[in-house]
Amino acid sequence: VSVPLRAVSLAVAFLIVVGLGLFVAFYYIGSASALTTVHYPGSGGQVNVVLQEDPQNDSASRPDWVSYYVQDPATKQWMHTTLFSVPANTRVNMTIYGYDGCTPLRNNYFSQVQGTIGNTVTLSQFDQHGKEYVTNDTTSVINAWSDCNVGHTFAIPALGVYVPVASPNAQLSANNLCSSSPCTTTGNPYAVETFSFMTPKVGGTFRWQCLVPCGGGYLDGNSGPMQALGYMMGEMDVVSS
Amino acid sequence: MSATETPVNEPRHGRRLFAIWIVLALAADLVIWFVWQPHLPPGDMSDSARHQQFDIAVLAICGAPVVLFVLLYFIYAIVVWRARPGDDGDGAPIYGHTKVQATWIIGTSAIVLFMAVFGTAELVGPAGAGAGEGPSPIWKLAGTQTKSWTPGANDMLQVQVIGQQWTWTYRYPQFGGMESTQLMLPVDTPVTFHVTSLDVIHSFWAYQLGVKADANPEVDNVAYTTAKALGGFIVRCNELCGIWHGAMWNNGQVVSQSSFASWASGVRAKEQSDGVLAALPPYTLTYDPTVVPQLGKNLPTVDGITGAAGYYYGSGDPVTP
Repeated sequence: VSVPLRAVSLAVAFLIVVGLGLFVAFYYIGSASALTTVHYPGSGGQVNVVLQEDPQNDSASRPDWVSYYVQDPATKQWMHTTLFSVPANTRVNMTIYGYDGCTPLRNNYFSQVQGTIGNTVTLSQFDQHGKEYVTNDTTSVINAWSDCNVGHTFAIPALGVYVPVASPNAQLSANNLCSSSPCTTTGNPYAVETFSFMTPKVGGTFRWQCLVPCGGGYLDGNSGPMQALGYMMGEMDVVSS
Repeated sequence: MSATETPVNEPRHGRRLFAIWIVLALAADLVIWFVWQPHLPPGDMSDSARHQQFDIAVLAICGAPVVLFVLLYFIYAIVVWRARPGDDGDGAPIYGHTKVQATWIIGTSAIVLFMAVFGTAELVGPAGAGAGEGPSPIWKLAGTQTKSWTPGANDMLQVQVIGQQWTWTYRYPQFGGMESTQLMLPVDTPVTFHVTSLDVIHSFWAYQLGVKADANPEVDNVAYTTAKALGGFIVRCNELCGIWHGAMWNNGQVVSQSSFASWASGVRAKEQSDGVLAALPPYTLTYDPTVVPQLGKNLPTVDGITGAAGYYYGSGDPVTP
């Protein structure tokens, strides 16, 4: 075989290997970036962010994973994503609808509300008929071990924000959970929790996550949705003006 | 002239090399000790960090002359014994030199043996040098073990470090078992860390304190230190523990003993009044992540794997708090 032919063969083989590597890299990067980021514009130094957490989701690949949803502030549509952006140095008024049932925290210390304004949350609970059986209860602790209280948590460790998210009550959770995502308040038991916290003065990306071992079917509840963007972990982009 | 004879006018290469080497080695060691050593990691914030800084300096002082000798000989050979233009002759034959070989073997053996003895002493002396020693430490730090901690009494402070994906919390059993996301330590106080995990394997690394201990589920890994300077330090996870391992860090603070006592008492009082202390499990050296002690039962399993995600409660469980 001639030297030029060998050189050409080597170059082609090299390009194939590089091409395959790039394909794999862009495939994964592309799939990660496919998640939508929901932008919340601030007004008067405040911004209202609305999330919900469901026992399942509407994806084709992992429909049985528990999942957060983010509400688009313009269209009010629920987006299957966990990425959202808020302005810097702004009061975030967060509302979280809890449709998933309860699971005990691994570390019950996170039953304590931390990092919110006043270190409290205000919660209400409804049954599947819309009957409100807990109304605007402002509390600093939702004990995940004393009873069936906590579905998941919303935690931004870098900002010191740790919030247990209430679930609907035990029997309603066990028997009547929402079964089609994104869930609605009609015909489903749910909890509504509100709290506020301040975003930092300087912009940046802050991860948020659930601290409940909610990866059903995975060892000790780890992994699965616990470690996947778009499910039980996300990122909050804080945007400087 | 025989092959083993030194040619006439040939300089005494050995003496020349030794003279150059001794000057370079001395200069390097002085620079290491007086210039480099104060800036070596991990600093001097605790006794274990100071020992580690000292150890690295001593190792560098031992290693620098060896490295310099090898490099010097290499450069000397290239410069002095290179083939000149027009020199097509063979080099001088090489024979063994017993004195040189013996000097090299004895010298390097002495260095290695010294470092072995020195390393062992530096591991034993500072009670494990800030490393995790497992549940039954051999080398214990001196200090009085007490059920409560008071400033100025040389009481040993107990701190339980709890890792979970992807955050750290700290329990203080001498303050009612209160827990915090902040690691606060009093200065000039012997501290015992009990490091454990609630899920996967993590590693507690308080960098500026020179403390590093694996956090394994259902294992109590003990490490010691005594903070010697006020200020902040960083705690990182040093064991790949999942997708956000790199973000598993937080800041700690070394404060005066009176400030620490005030902080710890304040946190304890708040957690007591909020009901958090009552909600925490009894303080133990490890926690089984599949058991909720307050509920007195294990988490349910599906095909041998712990379940979650909403099917924990059955219809027989209590409805509301």
